[in-house]
Amino acid sequence: MNGYVYYPGCSLKGNARHYEQSILPVFREIGLPLAELEDWNCCGATAYFSVDDAMAAAICGRNLSLAERIGKDIVAPCAGCFLTLKKSNIFLGGAQPKAAKIRENLKKAGCEYRGTVDVKHPLQVLTREVAPEMLRTSIRRPLSGLRVACYYGCQLVRPFTDVDDPDYPMMLDVLMDSAGATVVNFEAKTRCCGGSLTGTIEEVGLRLNYILLKEAKRKGADCLVTICPLCQFNLEITQSKIIRKYKEDVAMPILYFSQLLGLAMGIPREELGFSRSIIPLRNFWAKVGNGGAK
Amino acid sequence: MEISRKVKYEEELDPGFVDDIKHMSGCEQIDECLQCGTCSSSCPMSVYMDYPPRKIIAMVKSGFKDEVLRSFTIWLCPSCYTCQVRCPAKIKITDVMYALKRKAIEDKVYPSRFAIPILDREMSRLIAKHGRNSEMRLILRLYLKSRNPWGLLKMAPVGIKLLRTGRMSLKQDSIKNTKQLKALLSAIKEPGR
Repeated sequence: MNGYVYYPGCSLKGNARHYEQSILPVFREIGLPLAELEDWNCCGATAYFSVDDAMAAAICGRNLSLAERIGKDIVAPCAGCFLTLKKSNIFLGGAQPKAAKIRENLKKAGCEYRGTVDVKHPLQVLTREVAPEMLRTSIRRPLSGLRVACYYGCQLVRPFTDVDDPDYPMMLDVLMDSAGATVVNFEAKTRCCGGSLTGTIEEVGLRLNYILLKEAKRKGADCLVTICPLCQFNLEITQSKIIRKYKEDVAMPILYFSQLLGLAMGIPREELGFSRSIIPLRNFWAKVGNGGAK
Repeated sequence: MEISRKVKYEEELDPGFVDDIKHMSGCEQIDECLQCGTCSSSCPMSVYMDYPPRKIIAMVKSGFKDEVLRSFTIWLCPSCYTCQVRCPAKIKITDVMYALKRKAIEDKVYPSRFAIPILDREMSRLIAKHGRNSEMRLILRLYLKSRNPWGLLKMAPVGIKLLRTGRMSLKQDSIKNTKQLKALLSAIKEPGR
């Protein structure tokens, strides 16, 4: 396929609009401007697969077919969308009678899919496909002195292990390092944030996110960097309750990697959605302001 | 004190259960389980589960259909896939959990008013109807259907923060070609797919 098309999913149009706001200028900056997939539908996430797997794969098939028609591979910044589309893509390309039946139904509905599209996470494109020199020269304002904990969560690195190491991935660490930040050894980097359980069972949500925040704090991180809207949301909205419940100051900004990368590329901070942070960024700006080699 | 039997006799088990689940999950390796417990010790949720994953796999193999399908365990799996990538017998445990959720819904034995299956169902319905999920409407439906207005009230401060940062909208987006989506889904729904 020739180039990429952007698949936002529900979060990047909803609570994670600062992810969209920052990922698009970053891709423009490296010379790969992303257009949005026309008339995309939701991926169904973990929910649809829990209810009906054939329908779940079919609605993903429609998205893949839309991308195939314009000859592009998909870039999906949400880890949930990324995995759901990737998993369905592999399933639909398989030889099982169930998959053949879905392909047939896709064709009948006018969205035939021949299986030529690849699904990528933006991190893969930035660290595996963009030339390192290109990335290096785009960093104009290194984040010197900023200590970051790189958090990958679950669905980017599992179950498909071709992306990076499933327990201790490094691609985000390397990227943040090239952006000039100091990357702490964050051993909880692929531990689960609870996903949608954080919205359904409070005790679970608070405990799992407490573990992550506490570990990042222990390693002296100034902020936690995420690649997934649900992780970002969970880590941010549980903070005030965690501090009350566990009586421990684990407060820290939870930022998208694209916001930090954009900042390092010299994109004005007003254009990267920082104002959408629920956690105050005063300390963060103090750090970044001091260290930036303007 | 009432004396009741705590152990099942063989004739009370469902020997066909494991084959159903193999078929539904696309995972043929369930029989290869070594009972090593790597899954249970890797699982971030096993401390909350009624049966940890190792036990669920053993129960599926032995035909404890009722206990497995009525368990909270299957709904507590957040799909983090840690067990799945670590399993030495290459059992796709997360996919097995998905199959068990679907089977529980099919047999209508999941815990009623329990938020997790309600969330899954409501999100699927929103997408089937509009092609798009709306985060806000999903949350409203979740608290309504699980009859938990207190929970909704407790979420209000979060809602205010999201509104203030422009991250929440009540609008229900819809795709243009809902006709195509509906035709596709109803073709798949037909029996004998």
